Parts: sequence; structure tokens; C-alpha cells
Amino acid sequence: MTAALRFDPIRLPPECEVLRQEVRAFLAEEIAAGTFDPHKPQREDSDAPEFSRRVGERGWLGMTWPKQYGGHERSFLERYVVTEEMRVANAPTRRFFVADRQSGPVLLKYAPEHIKMDILPRICRGEVCFSIGMSEPNSGSDLFAAKTKATRTDGGFLINGSKIWTTSAHIADYMIAIFRTSPPTKENRRHGLTQFLVDMKSPGIKVNPIAQITGQYEFNEVVFEDVFVPDDHMLGEIDGAWKQATSELAYERSGPERFLETYYVLTELVRALGPNPDIRGAEGIGRLVAQLHTMRRMSVSVAGMLQAGKEPVVEASIVKDIGTIWEQQLPHRVRELAAFVDPDASNHATLDDQLPFAIKTAPKLTIQGGTTEVLRGIIARGLGLR
Amino acid sequence: MTESDNIVAETAERIFADLADAQTINSGKDGAWKAPLWYALEQAGLPLSWVPEDCDGSGASLAEGFAVLSAAGRFALAVPLAETMLAGWLLAQARIAAPSDTMTVAPAHPKDRITLNADGSLVGRARGVPFAKGARHIAVLAHGADGVAIALVAIAACRIEPGLNLADDPSDTVILNNVTPLALKPAPAGFDQNALMLMGAVARSLQIAGALESMLDVSVGYSNERVAFEKKISKFQAVQHNLAKLAGETSAALAAASSAADAFAHAESFDDALFLEAAAAKIRCAEAAEKGAAIAHQVHGAIGFTQEHILHRFTLRALAWRDDFGSESHWAVELGKLVATRGADELWPLVASR
Ligand SMILES: Cc1cc2nc3c(=O)[nH]c(=O)nc-3n(C[C@H](O)[C@H](O)[C@H](O)COP(=O)(O)OP(=O)(O)OC[C@H]3O[C@@H](n4cnc5c(N)ncnc54)[C@H](O)[C@@H]3O)c2cc1C
Repeated sequence: MTAALRFDPIRLPPECEVLRQEVRAFLAEEIAAGTFDPHKPQREDSDAPEFSRRVGERGWLGMTWPKQYGGHERSFLERYVVTEEMRVANAPTRRFFVADRQSGPVLLKYAPEHIKMDILPRICRGEVCFSIGMSEPNSGSDLFAAKTKATRTDGGFLINGSKIWTTSAHIADYMIAIFRTSPPTKENRRHGLTQFLVDMKSPGIKVNPIAQITGQYEFNEVVFEDVFVPDDHMLGEIDGAWKQATSELAYERSGPERFLETYYVLTELVRALGPNPDIRGAEGIGRLVAQLHTMRRMSVSVAGMLQAGKEPVVEASIVKDIGTIWEQQLPHRVRELAAFVDPDASNHATLDDQLPFAIKTAPKLTIQGGTTEVLRGIIARGLGLR
Repeated sequence: MTESDNIVAETAERIFADLADAQTINSGKDGAWKAPLWYALEQAGLPLSWVPEDCDGSGASLAEGFAVLSAAGRFALAVPLAETMLAGWLLAQARIAAPSDTMTVAPAHPKDRITLNADGSLVGRARGVPFAKGARHIAVLAHGADGVAIALVAIAACRIEPGLNLADDPSDTVILNNVTPLALKPAPAGFDQNALMLMGAVARSLQIAGALESMLDVSVGYSNERVAFEKKISKFQAVQHNLAKLAGETSAALAAASSAADAFAHAESFDDALFLEAAAAKIRCAEAAEKGAAIAHQVHGAIGFTQEHILHRFTLRALAWRDDFGSESHWAVELGKLVATRGADELWPLVASR
């Protein structure tokens, strides 16, 4: 066998079911209190800071981290359940999600102790928002073309250049970014990038919002002019960010957020078609549900491998590849299947409201977090083709 | 269901590797490999895996038997092992002792109905019954005035209209013209034709997923050998991306099929969750077979289109297995109706219950 792909049928343990009910009850309370409308995926996140704090109070941030940093030492599978329930409810998670999924684990691994003691407990309390500074105007898929420089100065580094497409930079307290500390070498064009923790309140940072085709503002251009970053904010090895960045990928790529971003239109399709759909509608729903169920079984399976301490890089990339393609096609399939439903019927209204937004969202799904093409390159490497 | 801690599956895998190697079978052309293979399978007790020991079977667990079917899929096995196992499983539901020879099961098509007459004879027609011609016995699920019954019938007592599936394996019409069964007992409460179809669907899903694993394996291997434009075709990005997609379809099939098998192995009753698992597996595996077979052939170019090459043994069987025990269209309609009846707000709880 050239490629031994494994997708064992992991089941969520009973404590996850208890937790799931707690999360559902919490979300129902928040909805009842008017914090967010689950039928409005396109909302503006005005109430999100308080929501973040309440999620933190429940112990649902930093769930898998050590207790000494405010974490809860719970399992990846428990975290999985919280993530999917939040996603399915369209809860406003933007403020804490990146910190919880990605930035916290990076700090845990690479930050000096006093920084961990300072920031991680605040993430767990839902008080801090993180952004990720990877992409630059001429460096997206080709991360190693990044040019923004960190130059040595007294007690730290001076940053000059810009980042782009930085989600949440306009509300973020911190950014974890890669900057060029030396030129690439002949032998290794990945060499020379270093990871830093940047305080977004540092003088010299300018955040310019970029409007998206959905009408929302989520990502930004971030310009750095002689921004000072102290030595102890360097994360991990100098010039070695490429090693660090690739090991994070399994966590970033296989979670339920990678196939549930447009899920709401499937629920609304079922509502619009009603209890007795025609054969075309029934078949369409059946196929979409079979695909969703399969995606989820794959994703839970990868979560189980992570919990067991494995590094399922290929499996995780596969989940992101077919997950994002699925969530991208979903609004279009829903549109086709809803075409014969009486538009005057009252159960059609929410779908009419949501579908245009989902269709406009769709193009980004196979781009954010690494494009389909780049992922397929990673899978091909895993298959031994390169 | 890990292969390593499953001696039954390991035994099966060893026998397949020794006696059912795709290359040998494909070059042999005459079917001479079949008798020694079946003999070895019988000696190992594999065809009666799911028959309890006190009914003269091997008494393997459902999980162990499912792993045998995955392995059979990886070898694109073209003898009625899955069918005999399913027949034994069906007979065991009514505690009818299984004979030790090749069996198959009817109906294999959700729309076919076999009726149990008041005098205990069976009448009806079952289409697309795999390996009926050549089998000695058939396990039949029939509907009578008093409910569902399970019967053991001699093939010799039926009329067989022979047919072939896409891969040229037997797929026959079995006509029961007031046939008196060798044994007949009522099915247990809650067991119906849907249960048989779902179990058959899971078996075929595992076989399809296994065949996809081999398609991926053979295709990756070929791409690393074939040279064009002075390099291995595996170095072309377009080829790499095709193979990555094939890995994705294979993964989806593996995940769906093994999850459904696991659900069956632990099921206490035929509830909505089990229905979701089994139907979804058949739907998704059939979709994967279609996409996967197309990619595997694309990567192989013309050589894969020949009888000489083994690729068709995997692709054509995976495509053919889509039609047995309910096609993906059939199950999609049934699953869609179930979801619609439960209502929009019950969809996520159903999915998340697995
Ligand atoms: C909504 C959204 C949010 C984002 N948030 C962030 C964020 O918070 N932080 C951050 O750093 N970035 C973020 N990004 C940026 C994202 O990571 C990049 O857009 C992505 O990596 C692709 O880079 P690019 O846009 O420069 O496209 P390019 O790299 O120019 O690619 C254009 C096309 O060429 C293809 N291509 C490029 N190279 C290859 C190759 N070697 N082989 C085959 N095809 C290739 C790509 O797949 C793509 O289809 C976000 C993007 C979006 C859409």
C-alpha cells in the first residue's frame, strides 16, 4: 500500500453529549436575550465582546490547555463539540475563535513563560482577540515570498512593510505574524522567516479596512512603520518559522468550521421544502445530508487522532479540501433544489433572506486558510508524489 | 475495527493475497482460480462468518466480518463471499441453520417483493441477485399474511434468468414459482426488508471503499512509473491534483463505510440513526466510486482501458456494486424523506447524534 489512509469510526464519548446539551442551553439563552439572531449569519458583531466573556466564563475557551494558564485540560473531542454547536447556531465567535484555535496553541509552544502567564489566561476569559499575519500583497500561497522585515535594534526588532487579508486586525489586541529576519538561502528558500507576537496597540501600526463582496468588513491591510517588537516577543527559532507554521496545520484544517460555514442554508432548504418534498427535493436533501454526515465522520475521526497524539497531516488536509468544496457548492445546490418551491409560501422567507449571502460567501471558502490547490500539493506530498 | 487486532480479517487478507491476486486472475481468464480460493475460504470458515457456532457457523462478530468485506473490496473479489455471509446473517436472524456451500440472498432490490403463500410456498421475482447462477442455496426474505418470514431455498427449485453486472459477475433474476423452502421461520420483531437492504448496503459500501483504496494504490504506483515528457507523470501538478482528489474520495468512502459498519455492529435496533449511517454510506460510496473510477482511468491513460490491465477489475466492480441493495438514488430519496418528516430543526441533532 502506498497510502494507508485511516478514518476510524471514532464516537464522541458520553461526556461530550452532556457538554453538547450545556452548550445548546447556553446558546438558547443568548438567543432569547437577543445577543444574536441564529437566522442572521450576516450580522454585525456588535455584542460580541460580552458574548466572548460569557463563553470564557463557561470554561469553553482554552479547553485543552494546562490549568496553570487558565485552561481546562479537557479533550479535543469536547472542544470539537463546542465548536460545532457554536457554528451551527451562527454564534458570533469571531472575537475569540482564532485565539482559541490557533494563537493560544502557538504561544503555549513557543512563547516565554511570563508571556504565557500574562496572555493565555486572558484568552481563556474571552478578553483578547488575535489575528494572523501571514499573507502579504505578493505572498499568499507562496508564503516564503514574504518581504515585510524585522530588523535588529536595541532590545528588539523594528518592523517595516505590510500584511494583507488580515482577518479581524481591526478588532484584534494581538497579531501573530511572520517577518523576514534574513534572506532565503540557496539551499532553502523557506529559511529566514521568524514568528513574532505583535501588540496591535504599538505605535506605527495602521489598519486599513478592506470591504468584501458580501458587504462585510472582516479583513484588512495592516501597515507597519518602524514598529518596535521587544526580544521576548519573538516566538520560537529565529529564521525557522517555516518549521513552526507547518506543524500547526493539522489543528487548523480539519475542524467542523471547515464544512459548516454555509450549513444554515441546508436547514432552511429542509424547512422550505416541507414535510412532503417531491422526489427531486427528497433526493437532493438525501444526498446533501449523506455528504454532510460523511464529512462530519471524517472530521471527528481526525479529532480522535489528534486526541491520541497522532499527526494526521494528510487526513486533515483532505478534510479541509473536500469540506470547503462541499460548503462552497452547498448554497448552489440549495438554490437549484429550492427552485420549484412556491415563493409565496411562508416557510420560504428565511431561505430567501440567507441564500444570497451564502452564495456571496462561497468563493472565499476554498481560499481562506490555504487554497484548494495548495492543499492538494500537501496531499500529493503525503501520497509520495513529490 | 482495526485490521491488526482482527485475526479473522488477517486470515482473509492472507488467503486473498495467495489465491485471489488481481494480476493472476486477470491473466488467467478461465476461472480456474475460483475452486482453490473457495476451498481455502471454506476451510477458514469465512463464508459462514456471521452464522453462530450452534448453527454450524464460525460465530465471528459483525465487526470482524465487516473487516473481511473491506479486504474483499481491496481485492475486488469476484466470488460470492459477501453474498454467502449476508445469507448466513439473514438465516441466523431466524435461527435457521446454514448449509455449507455458496449462497446468495434475495431480494437484492428494494422494489422487489417475495410473497409467502398460506401453504408455506414462496412466489415472486427478485432482480439483480448477485451470483444466483452457480450458488447452491438462497436465503429469502418474504412477506406473508402474518408478517415477515425468512426462508432457505434450493437454487435448483427456482428459475434463474442469468444476467451480468458491469464487471461481468453474475447478477441474475430469480423467479420463485410456488417454491417450497427447505426451512422457513418468522423473522424477529422489527426485522423487515429495509433491514436487509441496509445491511446489504453497508456490505457493498465497505467493498466499494476497499476497491477505491486499491484504485488509489494502483494509480499512485502507475504515476510513479510512467514517464512522459522526460519525467514521471507523478511530477505533473495536474496529475498530482487528480490523485489528491482520488485520495479525498477514497477517504470519504472509507469514513462513511466504516462508520456505518461500526453503527451496525453496535446497534440495538433499526432506528433513524442507523438508517442515516447505512443510507449515507451507500450514497457517498457510490458517489466516490463514480468520481474515483473516472480519475483512476484518467491517470492510467489508454493502458487502463485494456482487458490486459487490472484496473478494470476494481473500477467496474466499484461501479457495479452501486446498484445492489438500493442505488444511491433510492437511498437518497428515502433519507431525504426521513429528514423532511423529522423537520428542519431536527436535522442537526440527527447528524450530531452520530
Ligand atoms: C476571507 C479571507 C480571510 C483571510 N484571512 C487571512 C488572515 O487572517 N491572515 C492571513 O495571513 N491571510 C488571510 N487570508 C489570505 C489567504 O490565506 C490567501 O488569500 C491565500 O493563501 C491565497 O493567497 P493569494 O490570495 O495571494 O492568492 P495567490 O497565491 O495569488 O493564488 C491565486 C491562485 O493561484 C493558485 N496558485 C498559487 N500558487 C500555486 C501553486 N504553486 N500551484 C497551484 N496553484 C497555485 C492559488 O491556489 C489560487 O487559486 C484570507 C483570505 C480570505 C479570502
